[in-house]
Amino acid sequence: MALLNKKKRPDPEIPGSSLADIAFLLLIFFLVTTTINVDTGIGLTLPPIPDENVEPPPIKERNLLNILVNAQGLVLLDETPSSITEVKQKVKDFITNCEPGNPCVENLSEDPTDAIISIKTDRQTPYNIYINMLDEVIGAYNELRDEKARALYGVPFSALEETSEQYQSIAKDVYPKKISIAEPDEGNS
Amino acid sequence: MAHFKKKSANTKQDVPTSAMPDVVFMLLIFFMVTTVLREVELKVQIDYTQAENIEKIEQKRLVSYIYIGPERLGPTEVGESKVQIDDAIVEDINAIRTIMYDKLMEQPRLIVSLRVDRDSDFGLITDVTQELRHAGTLRINYSTKREI
Repeated sequence: MALLNKKKRPDPEIPGSSLADIAFLLLIFFLVTTTINVDTGIGLTLPPIPDENVEPPPIKERNLLNILVNAQGLVLLDETPSSITEVKQKVKDFITNCEPGNPCVENLSEDPTDAIISIKTDRQTPYNIYINMLDEVIGAYNELRDEKARALYGVPFSALEETSEQYQSIAKDVYPKKISIAEPDEGNS
Repeated sequence: MAHFKKKSANTKQDVPTSAMPDVVFMLLIFFMVTTVLREVELKVQIDYTQAENIEKIEQKRLVSYIYIGPERLGPTEVGESKVQIDDAIVEDINAIRTIMYDKLMEQPRLIVSLRVDRDSDFGLITDVTQELRHAGTLRINYSTKREI
C-alpha cells in the first residue's frame, strides 16, 4: 500500500542545544552592566534658612561642643587639640554629663537634650576627613541610644521600629541628635 | 589460556548537562532583577568615602542625586571639582537652588543624596548645602560605603 511506503517524517523539534549559549550571553551582558548601587550613607536634616526677623534662641556656651577640623585633619575639641579617635568618647562624655550616675562637670552640657555638637571645618578640609568626623559624632549618639534602649526595653536600638513609641521617645526626648554644621572658614593656604 | 577481562565500572562517566540551561537561567534572572542600569552618565569622577554609622535609603523613588567631584576630561585626566545634577554639569552654583526647588515641587518628600568624591574640598559642599537650604530640600544623605 502506498500509505505504508510513505517516508517517516522527522519529528518537528526546535534545536535546544544552543539555549545554554544564548542564556550565557545574556548572563554575561548583565554581569558586565551591573553596578552594585551604593545607596547607603549618613542621613542628615539641614536646618532651614533662619528668618531674619526672628532672633536665634540663646544657647549657653557650656551646652555647645565645638569641633574644629582644619585642612590637615587636625582636630580642636573645645579649644583642646585631640585626635580623631578620641572624639567619640569625648562627645559621649559631653552628652551624658549631668545624667543620673554621672558627676556634673562644668563646661560640659547641662542635659543631653540641650547638648549641641557643632562641627566647623576649613574650606580646604577634604571631604573624607569631615565625613570621618561626622561618623564619629553619629557613632557616639548611636552608642548612647543603644545603651538606653537596652536598659529600658532590653533590645538594641536598631531593633526598634522607626515609627514605634519607644524609638521616638529615645530619639526625640532622651538623646536628640543636635548636630550643627557651621559655615567653614576661608582658611589660609 | 586465561582470559582476563578488564574491570570497568558500569556507570556512565558523563556529567549530566541537561540542567545547565536551567542553572544559567536562574543566574540570569537573578542578575536581571538586581541590576539597575546606569541612569546617568557620570561626568565627574567619584571615589566614595567610607563610614561606619550609615543608614540605607529604603525609598529609592524619593532620592535625587547630586554628584560632586573632579571633572572627567579624558580617560585618565581629571580637572577641577564640578557639580553634576542629572546629566549635566552645573557651572553656576546658584542655579542649584531653582533646579532643586523644581524637584521638590514634584516630590515633596525628596531626599537629596550627595555623592561626593573623597578628596573634594568641603567648601564646595557647603556652598551646595547652602543652596539646598535655600531651595528647601532639607533631607540630605552623604553617600558613603560601609567601612570594612
